[in-house]
Amino acid sequence: MESLHGIPGGKKEVWNTVSRIYLDGTLTTRTDPQVLEEMLPYFTEKYAVPSSQFSHSHGKAIEEEIEKRREFIKGYIDGKEGKLIFTSGGTEANNLAIKGFARENWDKGMHIISSSIEHQSVRHTLYTLEKEGFEVTYLPVSPEGYVDPDDVKKNIREDTILVTLQHSNPEVGVIQPIEEIGKIVKEKGIAFHVDAAYSTGWIPFSVENWKADMVTLTAHKVHGPKGTGALWIRDGIKIKPLIDGTFHEYGLRGGIPNIPGIIGFAKALELMDDEERERVKYLRDYLWKRLKEEIEDIKLNGPEERHPANLNVTIRYVEGEAVVIQLDLLGVSVTTGSACFSRKLEASYVLRAMGVPYEDAHGSLRFGISRFTTEKEIDEAVSRLKEVVERLRKISPLGRKE
Amino acid sequence: MKTPYSQKVIEHFLNPRNAGKIENPDAKASEGSPACGDMVRVYLKVNPQTLVIEDIKFESFGCASNIATASMATEMVKGKTLEEAKKISWKDVVDALGGLPPVKVHCAVLAVDAIKRAIENYEHTHGILKEKKPTDKEVIRERLEHVIDPAAGMDVIRVGTVKDYEIKDGVVTVYLNIPAQRDFASHIKEEIEETLSPLWDVKEVRVIFSSRD
Repeated sequence: MESLHGIPGGKKEVWNTVSRIYLDGTLTTRTDPQVLEEMLPYFTEKYAVPSSQFSHSHGKAIEEEIEKRREFIKGYIDGKEGKLIFTSGGTEANNLAIKGFARENWDKGMHIISSSIEHQSVRHTLYTLEKEGFEVTYLPVSPEGYVDPDDVKKNIREDTILVTLQHSNPEVGVIQPIEEIGKIVKEKGIAFHVDAAYSTGWIPFSVENWKADMVTLTAHKVHGPKGTGALWIRDGIKIKPLIDGTFHEYGLRGGIPNIPGIIGFAKALELMDDEERERVKYLRDYLWKRLKEEIEDIKLNGPEERHPANLNVTIRYVEGEAVVIQLDLLGVSVTTGSACFSRKLEASYVLRAMGVPYEDAHGSLRFGISRFTTEKEIDEAVSRLKEVVERLRKISPLGRKE
Repeated sequence: MKTPYSQKVIEHFLNPRNAGKIENPDAKASEGSPACGDMVRVYLKVNPQTLVIEDIKFESFGCASNIATASMATEMVKGKTLEEAKKISWKDVVDALGGLPPVKVHCAVLAVDAIKRAIENYEHTHGILKEKKPTDKEVIRERLEHVIDPAAGMDVIRVGTVKDYEIKDGVVTVYLNIPAQRDFASHIKEEIEETLSPLWDVKEVRVIFSSRD
């Protein structure tokens, strides 16, 4: 075991996860203990799976349990007119939707429309398809992060086969006008994929109202377990599988499904209700209010109306990586879009696509509220952040002093 | 805690030596990193007889390693003569800190460059230059390439913030492509004045903004 660093200025107890203030909920959340409890029997007692319709009753009983969850999740997104394929998460679902659809339907055309602020799993899937000969249009976004539905319309070509867009963005919380875009895409008879990974459970939606053909979901951003997601596919839409196997998941995703994960996924959705969403949104608004009260020269990145758990701000004259590390030493977990924080020394592509100047990306901080966040934690985090910002601003050559 | 930084880096980051500003310094210089947009400014107090750096301070708009490298580099040159100080390399600073993640090594280069530029400025303004090269467009360009436009995260030449520049009878005029109202316009103006005015034969620096765009 590696020993703890005796770091000056940092207190030992801050490494303790119990006293840690976790505000990185846009990346992932803690699995709710009620979710975990529901999952546990599926490791130890209900572990069987059926290999055929004539299988033993142990496996058949569990299959029934899974089908119940499948129907529940389909109902949750108003997706009775389609199939739900369980995957290892949002990344696999995005890969399956986009690669699967493009590789099955390339004979109808090889042009895809997306945006410049999509999740990395969509971006990199599209890069792969470009190498395979597909052409991709990456639509720009407004300073608040919105895709203009007119832009979608203008960029549809004869050979466009797919439009893939994110519902809500985990970095800046912007919620795209998916219903409006869906109408345009449907009129043209083009397939429409929506990456709703970050919206899963947090923002209720109907795949019917969206006129979507494929929708990506994930469990771990809404207090479900990691390693479980799903792709909803409208009946009649044809895709090629990424993982070949046998009959599992309608033959579209080989391998025995993550049964405990699926049980946990459904439970996590069941635990989300409007009261919960309102409470989290209240805490997010409270955080923003407190930040504005305590820290000068701070601005919001992204729109006011946004994902209920998301906040992204720029604190001017300080650099984000320095803030994140000092906060970490004080027991607060957040993240930044600063170039200094990234592996490749590149400022956040989302903020850059929104036209946020480098200097403002440099001082950006991203917060994600969760079910377990308390008002007291927010007060504490704001006071620690204030201390860090004051310390760093004192040695900054930018901005006014005192 | 798991950190990519050595304990020494974290220690200098949390308790930076020589952080702050010197009022009426004998010389100063700013450097910006085109790689990531970090900035560091160095102030010097030099003994005119012994040419020993008696005091040095820095300001940083940068990440943990930017602050730590500036702290270590200033600590290493303090009390040294200008000639001794000039010999310290970014590698010496990285070694003294017990190493840096490869992606952060440019921070040490930035800190050392800022110190060297401040020393050079001292030599210009105190008449101890070994070789008095007249300032021409080449010299001006080289200096402007070290001024970062914070809005773009790149130097003002590369990003086109500077439209043109000229020198006539010791007066340097720099024409900008940005209006005076733009964000950071006054910061860029100060940086340009700061980098060009120490040159031994420059009497005045004029920065001209474009009209409102």
